[in-house]
Amino acid sequence: MESQVNREGPSQPERREQERVSAEAVCPTKKELLYQISGTASGKKQLTRYDFEAALAALDSGDAPEYWRSLEELAGTKEFQEQLHREFPKGASEWLDPVSRRGFLKLMGASVALAGLTGCIRQPLEPIVPYVRQPENQVLGKPMFYATAMTLSGYGRPLLVRSNEGRPSKIEGNPEHPVSMGGSDIFSQASVLDLYDPDRLQTMIYEGEIRTWPSFLGGVRGQIAAQQAVQGAGLRILTETVASPTLAAQIRGVLQRFPGAKWYQWDPVNRDNVRAGAQMAFGQFVHTQYRLTDADVIVSLDANFLSPEFPGFTKYAREFSSRRRPETNPAARPFTTANYTALPDRPINRFYSIESTPTNTGAKADHHIPVRFSDVEKYARILASAVGVNAGGGNANSDLDGKVLAAAVKDLQAHRGTSVVIAGEQQPPIVHALAHAMNEALGNVGKTVFYTEPVEANPTDQMAGLKELVSDMWVGKVDMIVITGANPVYDAPVDLNFVGALQKVPLRIYHGTHGNETAANCSWVVNGTHYLEEWSDVRSIDGSVSIVQPLIAPLYGGKSAHELLNAFGAQPELSGYETVRGYWQSQIKGVDFESWWQKSVHDGFVANSAYAPLNLRVKMTSFAPPAQTAAGNTGGSVELIFRPDPCVYDGRFANNAWLQELHKPMTKVVWDNPLMVSPNTAARLDLEQQDVVEIRNAGQKVEAAVWIQPGHPDDSVTMFLGYGRQRAGRAGTGMGFNAYQIRQSTELNSVHGVKLNKTGRTYPLITTQGFQSMVGRHLVREATLEGFRKDPLFATRVEKEPDPAETLYPVYEYTGYAWGMAIDQNACVGCNACVIACQSENNVPVVGKMEVARGRHMHWLRVDTYYKGGLANPQVYFQPVPCMHCETAPCELVCPVAATVHGTEGLNEMIYNRCVGTRYCSNNCPYKVRRFNFLLFQDWNMPQYKMMRNPDVTVRSRGVMEKCTYCIQRIQHGRMDAEKKDQLIPDGSVQTACQQACPSDAIVFGNINDKNSRVVKLKENPRNYGLLADLNTRPRTTYLAVVTNPSPDLPEAEKSEHA
Amino acid sequence: MPERSITEQMQEAHGRPPVLLPGHTYATVTDKISAVVLSRRTPLGWYIGFLMSAGLVGVLTLAIAYLMYRGVGIWGINVPVAWGFAIINFVWWVGIGHAGTFISAILLLVKQSWRNSINRFAEAMTLFAVMCAGMFPLLHMGRPWLFYWMFPYPNTMSMWPNFRSPLVWDVFAVSTYFTISLLFWYLGLIPDLACLRDRAVNKWAKRIYAGLSFGWRNSARHWKRYESAYLLLAGLATPLVLSVHTVVSFDFAVAMLPGWHTTIFPPYFVAGAIFSGFAMVLILAIPIRKIYALDDMITMRHLDNAAKVMLATGLIVAYGYIMEVFFAWYGPNQYEKYMMWNRMNGPYAPVYWGLILCNVLIPQLLWLRRIRYSPKWLFVISLDVLLGMWLERVVIVVTSLHRDFLPSAWGMYIPTRWDWATFLGTLGFFAAGMFLFMRLVPAIPIFEMRELVHKSSEEVAVK
Repeated sequence: MESQVNREGPSQPERREQERVSAEAVCPTKKELLYQISGTASGKKQLTRYDFEAALAALDSGDAPEYWRSLEELAGTKEFQEQLHREFPKGASEWLDPVSRRGFLKLMGASVALAGLTGCIRQPLEPIVPYVRQPENQVLGKPMFYATAMTLSGYGRPLLVRSNEGRPSKIEGNPEHPVSMGGSDIFSQASVLDLYDPDRLQTMIYEGEIRTWPSFLGGVRGQIAAQQAVQGAGLRILTETVASPTLAAQIRGVLQRFPGAKWYQWDPVNRDNVRAGAQMAFGQFVHTQYRLTDADVIVSLDANFLSPEFPGFTKYAREFSSRRRPETNPAARPFTTANYTALPDRPINRFYSIESTPTNTGAKADHHIPVRFSDVEKYARILASAVGVNAGGGNANSDLDGKVLAAAVKDLQAHRGTSVVIAGEQQPPIVHALAHAMNEALGNVGKTVFYTEPVEANPTDQMAGLKELVSDMWVGKVDMIVITGANPVYDAPVDLNFVGALQKVPLRIYHGTHGNETAANCSWVVNGTHYLEEWSDVRSIDGSVSIVQPLIAPLYGGKSAHELLNAFGAQPELSGYETVRGYWQSQIKGVDFESWWQKSVHDGFVANSAYAPLNLRVKMTSFAPPAQTAAGNTGGSVELIFRPDPCVYDGRFANNAWLQELHKPMTKVVWDNPLMVSPNTAARLDLEQQDVVEIRNAGQKVEAAVWIQPGHPDDSVTMFLGYGRQRAGRAGTGMGFNAYQIRQSTELNSVHGVKLNKTGRTYPLITTQGFQSMVGRHLVREATLEGFRKDPLFATRVEKEPDPAETLYPVYEYTGYAWGMAIDQNACVGCNACVIACQSENNVPVVGKMEVARGRHMHWLRVDTYYKGGLANPQVYFQPVPCMHCETAPCELVCPVAATVHGTEGLNEMIYNRCVGTRYCSNNCPYKVRRFNFLLFQDWNMPQYKMMRNPDVTVRSRGVMEKCTYCIQRIQHGRMDAEKKDQLIPDGSVQTACQQACPSDAIVFGNINDKNSRVVKLKENPRNYGLLADLNTRPRTTYLAVVTNPSPDLPEAEKSEHA
Repeated sequence: MPERSITEQMQEAHGRPPVLLPGHTYATVTDKISAVVLSRRTPLGWYIGFLMSAGLVGVLTLAIAYLMYRGVGIWGINVPVAWGFAIINFVWWVGIGHAGTFISAILLLVKQSWRNSINRFAEAMTLFAVMCAGMFPLLHMGRPWLFYWMFPYPNTMSMWPNFRSPLVWDVFAVSTYFTISLLFWYLGLIPDLACLRDRAVNKWAKRIYAGLSFGWRNSARHWKRYESAYLLLAGLATPLVLSVHTVVSFDFAVAMLPGWHTTIFPPYFVAGAIFSGFAMVLILAIPIRKIYALDDMITMRHLDNAAKVMLATGLIVAYGYIMEVFFAWYGPNQYEKYMMWNRMNGPYAPVYWGLILCNVLIPQLLWLRRIRYSPKWLFVISLDVLLGMWLERVVIVVTSLHRDFLPSAWGMYIPTRWDWATFLGTLGFFAAGMFLFMRLVPAIPIFEMRELVHKSSEEVAVK
């Protein structure tokens, strides 16, 4: 029955309802709208917040698991089943429910029909109508690509979007944009799922009733006129951080028209501290950019710059990784000889990371110092004083830390002008000011560090603004509030009681794509457009402007923020296109506007619009520390750190099932936000994996499930934002724990002392990777730079690869193409962009938390994270694992029906139609990259998803095996293009989805018969080795070993501890 | 009871009880055996037992219907443990079947006439066990409605199965095995069906048995042809005893997984099959001889012999276990080393040690004559061996798969209620089949027992 659903799983009646709704174009019933947004309907069952306490109490009596691995043991118990079921959004638990009466009748029907009829599917009625006028350049079956950009927290992410017959289906980075260079990130990759999210708002609503745009305009006209009379004194506009020059101009226009009105911006994960730090150092807001290609030494002060949430991530990941290749000297190629000693032209960089929450950024460090959030400032002062900033200095928490800091100082001083200090977004302003001062003292400004005008349109102190807004609302000064995009009811600091204040406002207008917590508390709800449906513009981190162009007409007739703002101007009916184009027409002088516009829209960015660097000096001279120093946490009290979740960010992506089911870089947890606790602290507080604790802070409390995280600083815990949503939609509602419930406006990023109380209950945290130890196997091979120079072939020495000639059979010769892949583990930053790209490209289904718990996630490409060394500060490695396309593939031998066979180009091909599902191939795959459709995981009914899918890739049904194909559909497209020109597929013209998404260029795919191809160059690299190649699988996917660059000043013992 | 005392006397005289207790004539043998089918009142226990097993068949039907409706995801299988109960039970059931063929074919060829009284139900046991076994490979497929793709048949796709895959060999092995077993069993039944035809009073029973006996008239020509056909089939079935489980073991041995990829599997699987098969024979024989008072035809000699076979094959299996450990310890393969360590210490260690207890330690009791001559002890030990052999398959399938090469892909396997329902359902199917068999055809070959009448009276005469 509900077998169609995988990720969201509404019950059958609801599903029918939705199908009917979609079928009738966009005309949902009133009842459904009530479900979606109405506050009064909050009692309705499927949006009810799940009661953890009750469900977890059921587990209470059971044996507490010793460590999380015994999850599956628990999975067999009744309590666990129940717990999982109730924990889930309704419907997802239908998987293995006992047979209901209704289900039983169906079942009996099925038993009559049994197997024979399963092949008979009702064919949908689909009239095929030819184009009357075929769009220009449109060739059916051939995708088109359009440049656009996505906005996230005030920064644009330049994109190139694939459109299949008018349906955007895949997001890629804009290869011509200097910030992206083709690389992208999980948020933009997954945003296409948001576009087709069936939970999106589908109409405009007023007090639970369906309305239209004209009725909205008419409905608010009176209030607008009334505001005009009082100069807009009662009008407030609350937006997210605005990065659109047009929108900012529009809002300024509204403010001009209503001088008493006020505009506030709010992002729960905002850059107030960055702005305040710049203000402190320079007396003005500036934007800081780094050029990591020129940095030999990088010191991070809790900066997570290799994580997709960091603005400019794609640029920094690429630049960082370009300096992690120990053999960048082209003259040194080929590296085939054993006595390779050539030095690279630019040395590999050395990265010191001082970090309060283990992240994938810290995992890439040569020296990693885990330190509490509040101690980062102290460490920054130690570094700063040592490089000549008047910062007071201090003592490190341990001798070891001190030695590493000393080594960092030595390296910084030795690399004046080629080093960089990066401060973390969440760190207090003083840390940012210190970083600015250090960079200046080291002469890095203008070389590795650049200052420009702020990229966001209106830099403000968002926290102060929000406080002001709330106090205005409380005292009744606000008659009318327009909230666009932001979701303050969910994510505003709890002490402000935003929702209470909001009730004091007579007219509350919400504009956005989803009926979220804020929409439920507003009287007017205007359904917004997704960025793929609207005209807009945005600045990227380098300041360059991208015109956002729509790829598809609004699916539900939504309105963009530009169009909403026009309602407050002179031309309420002005379209988004006219607004954006009109703004730029007024800005651009002296050139032919039409050709400028065409070029800018086509390229995805406005040429030469990047900000020029500013020449600034740090004005602050003394950074002397405040008198008090933070004392260590003792007893039951620990420091609490809030972080945006690596997958759902601040909660805006909570209903994105791709991101929910994406394994988080360090923990590999899916569908939840674990509370990270260090092993020592867990021992001190007597906490075990999956224990539910109650966190108390300033009179508020929230529960969270403990995750013991190696490498987390002691006496400190990290809680990730973005979970515990009440109205996210069917994928996100009720998942995880809501950290905003204890987040105070005074301590947005960390709380000095909170109480953790064990509740005695446990909560299942599900991961995709049970073991994060290599158990002594040579899976990720590693050497220091010194070791690599001594023995460049170190990676090939640990295991003997059998000679391909050792066989009785003639060796197959690949005469045409021979596809292969090389993955540089030194370049991989573990950001997961490849995983989501693969999911999007290959129509990979989502299975839901419970199915992941059963070990049935479907990712064709996974990123394995391995830990090595002590628990306090382990070394971390990332290993992306797609199909190896073994030349002697163990899977092919054992398939009884020859459903997986070897192609003439060396691809291990999977023929879904032939597969009967014995799963023998998976058993015999040493890499376990094969994925099986144990149930009907793919949603075959949702009309929106039908539009989203890649038409070149088969949608797999129940009972068949699937796996990475090296994006064979892309190879076919490349082949067709090449054959038309009567040539071979040129190197680089076929990129797999993972390769294309990878911002750090760690994945290279190509023809290994072409000796000049990039992939061959990498495979000739001495670091190249095959994973488990001693099994004689002869993998086509090979890995480049990790080479670290620890400081020679740190003795071996400490290196092994730290490095 | 007089028979009992005679038994004791005979034991003293020969050291072993006879295969047929004295006092039987041709007529008494025929009367006694055919009465079970034709005239004796069906015991109440039969009805209870049959209903219970039929109930389990209902559970099986439900489990299969739900399986078809939802897919194999209703089971606990996953990646990495993509094979679970289905394959465990398949191997277990096929193994059980082996004892039947061993008894009827190999013992016939080596002229072990004591087998005559137990071969019929042992063969029936084989048939039902193979049916149960055969269900699993079909059900465990992701798309079972396409099972016929495993066969080499002419088709428009121009596709043959992949003859390199052991699963295809399995298809041939198991289907051949079932065919031969069925023919062998049915051929042996023909003279007895004719006997029933002749003795049946009920008109319909007479007609049905007449149809089934293919016009057997007990002529010398019939007997000659019968004997040669029976011997030929025995000759055909004999290699199957060795080959079928060898092929089944290839399912594992051909794969490269540590714990599967080992050359000792074929002999050790065959021995294990006979080990568990004889256990099942004892489990069936002990209650049958008790309830139908057939202990003059299935004597302590039979039980003793079966126990000895169990002991011998059990020792071979134990040797297999020792060698597995030795190879892991002595060999250079780190994955195999870890696999062995994990079996003994990992999350499934209780299963491994349970297997050692059930299959290696407890069967050593069979060295004691006192145990071998105690039906109760034998019954308990047989149950233990069946459990042990089932655990062995769990160890082979699950512990090898759940932690293989890449630790990142390691997982656990927990059977769901549907796994158990399917397994219990096949137990019910087997039991229901055996109940019907006991009720509808002579469980002990009448004519073969009549041969024994002569023989055993000679034996007595000698003394």
